[in-house]
Amino acid sequence: MNLSALENPEFLEKNTAQAFLNISQIDMVFPTDTGGFTALKNVDLKIDKGEFISLIGHSGCGKSTVLNIVAGLYQATKGGILLQNKEVNEPGPERAVVFQNHSLLPWLTAYQNVELAVKQVFNKTMSKGEMKEWIEYNLKLVHMDHAMFKRPDEISGGMKQRVGIARALAMQPEVLLMDEPFGALDALTRAHMQDSLMEIQNELNNTVIMITHDVDEAVLLSDRIVMMTNGPEATVGEILDVKLERPRSRLSLAKDIEYNRLRSEVLTFLYEKQRKVENISSKAVTPKSIPRKRVSTQ
Amino acid sequence: MSLTTVNASQLTVTKQVMKVSKNVLSKITNAMLLPVIGLTIFLFLWSISAQSIHTSLGTFPGPNAVVKQFSSLYIEHVAEREKAEAFYQRQEKRNLAKQVNNPNYVGKIRAYTGKETFFDQILTSLFTVTCGFLVAAIIAIPLGIWMGLNKRLNSAINPIVQIFKPVSPLAWLPLVTMVVSALYVSDDPMVSKSFLTSLITVSLCSLWPMVINTSIGVSSIDSDLLNVSKVLRLPTFTHIQKIVLPASVPMIFTGMRLSFGVAWMVLIAAEMLAQNPGLGKFVWDEFQNGSSDSLARIMAAVIVIGFIGFLLDRAMLELQRKVSWDKSSASV
Repeated sequence: MNLSALENPEFLEKNTAQAFLNISQIDMVFPTDTGGFTALKNVDLKIDKGEFISLIGHSGCGKSTVLNIVAGLYQATKGGILLQNKEVNEPGPERAVVFQNHSLLPWLTAYQNVELAVKQVFNKTMSKGEMKEWIEYNLKLVHMDHAMFKRPDEISGGMKQRVGIARALAMQPEVLLMDEPFGALDALTRAHMQDSLMEIQNELNNTVIMITHDVDEAVLLSDRIVMMTNGPEATVGEILDVKLERPRSRLSLAKDIEYNRLRSEVLTFLYEKQRKVENISSKAVTPKSIPRKRVSTQ
Repeated sequence: MSLTTVNASQLTVTKQVMKVSKNVLSKITNAMLLPVIGLTIFLFLWSISAQSIHTSLGTFPGPNAVVKQFSSLYIEHVAEREKAEAFYQRQEKRNLAKQVNNPNYVGKIRAYTGKETFFDQILTSLFTVTCGFLVAAIIAIPLGIWMGLNKRLNSAINPIVQIFKPVSPLAWLPLVTMVVSALYVSDDPMVSKSFLTSLITVSLCSLWPMVINTSIGVSSIDSDLLNVSKVLRLPTFTHIQKIVLPASVPMIFTGMRLSFGVAWMVLIAAEMLAQNPGLGKFVWDEFQNGSSDSLARIMAAVIVIGFIGFLLDRAMLELQRKVSWDKSSASV
């Protein structure tokens, strides 16, 4: 590819439209005492602007590693990330991360937590008043405007995660990276958060990569589900297009044939094709002492 | 929970009352009654055993003798203040009288040079320990933060810290004394050499717990918070100000409390040998004085030293509660 082609706006537009975010043939080798541990092998994925991608796979398969490489927190051993044709090699606010355990600064209120991000990202482009408005807008978006001046230890887990999402959204990122954002929440709160996220996504149409363990969550939220094989040397196994109409409602989808087909396909991938090798039942042999003890107490 | 600490005999006596207000009563018992019982037993044992210890300065002082010395220390203090007041009045009179004879005469004002009282010495000690502690904090906290941020620097400095940490103030003192005498030469010294020697010794000994705790606090910040800072691309200064400092405040305060405790202990020894006019010097002078009251006066000083140490620790704890976001770390 010659330079003039890169400078040609038409060419650029055409190519960036194809791959807004390009995860290009990534290998990740972690150094260990016994040599390298290859966590990822040749992970390759192209993501369009405004697409909602779910990464699903068994724990330890390297989903988080992929996300951390895209975030710039890890450096890939081989291959690289191109965001709008620019290489990513350090973390930055244009790739905002929502961490699994909220990671709000515990000494700041919800408002101040978002403010820290906004001040850093928009300190040259926004006036104080605009910043205030923008912070409040984002907190309203996640329905946290009633608890703006509460600190993380004064609000529930779901609320903390909402503030975490508001902080990430407030950076106005090109890509929103979410590492099991609802993993630590109870089922009801999680469902509520998923609805909120769909509502926000409907309004902002962000490019999102979300890691999840939850099959329903993946099908409900995503445009594409990327299923990863088991590690070591994990890679992209299958990619599933989710062509369900938006806005989606979990109630009506429950009986939807297409929804259930997608769901069972993900389940098949996870529990047949990529079943964890260890036999779980053989490990959990009940010790003989337990039933005996029970008899004696009765 | 606290019920278990109430002993069996009390339980039978107060059984019915307990039924009415179990919680309130056991709280009162824990907070008031048990300490009072402990103190009473201690005073009893002290006065019994004191009577049977005979020293060259008479019998060992019991609680009574010490209380008597407290009041006599106070009376001496008042008397000394009156003497000082009288001295200044005489001086003023004399100057006025001279001015009547000679209108151009400018009266000389000399400071009273009487002996410091016990209470003056307490203030001197408090001032010295605060200065020494502040000097140590000004060095230790930035150094600790730097070490916490930079693993290489930590590996380089940590062995030095570990070696100097257990050194007794008595070992430092002769060196500090000689260095101060050699380097601090001035015709009109702002502070006395003994003060400076005590201060430096206190700083040298109270530096290390703060360095260690601060560096551990900084290096053990939750990696998620550091990732937040990286994603936001916070510049180094903002990173330290907004993330590192607040996150390690609980550990920094723990170090400061430890250090203040060390500083207060070290100070008494330093003052004894450096002859800084504080509580340490009081103890030393009484020891050298060797009157029949000396032991009781030293015992009074011991109690005051302990009590002030306790109050200083509580003051630090209160400060931590005010400043730190992590209220759970600010417990006794």
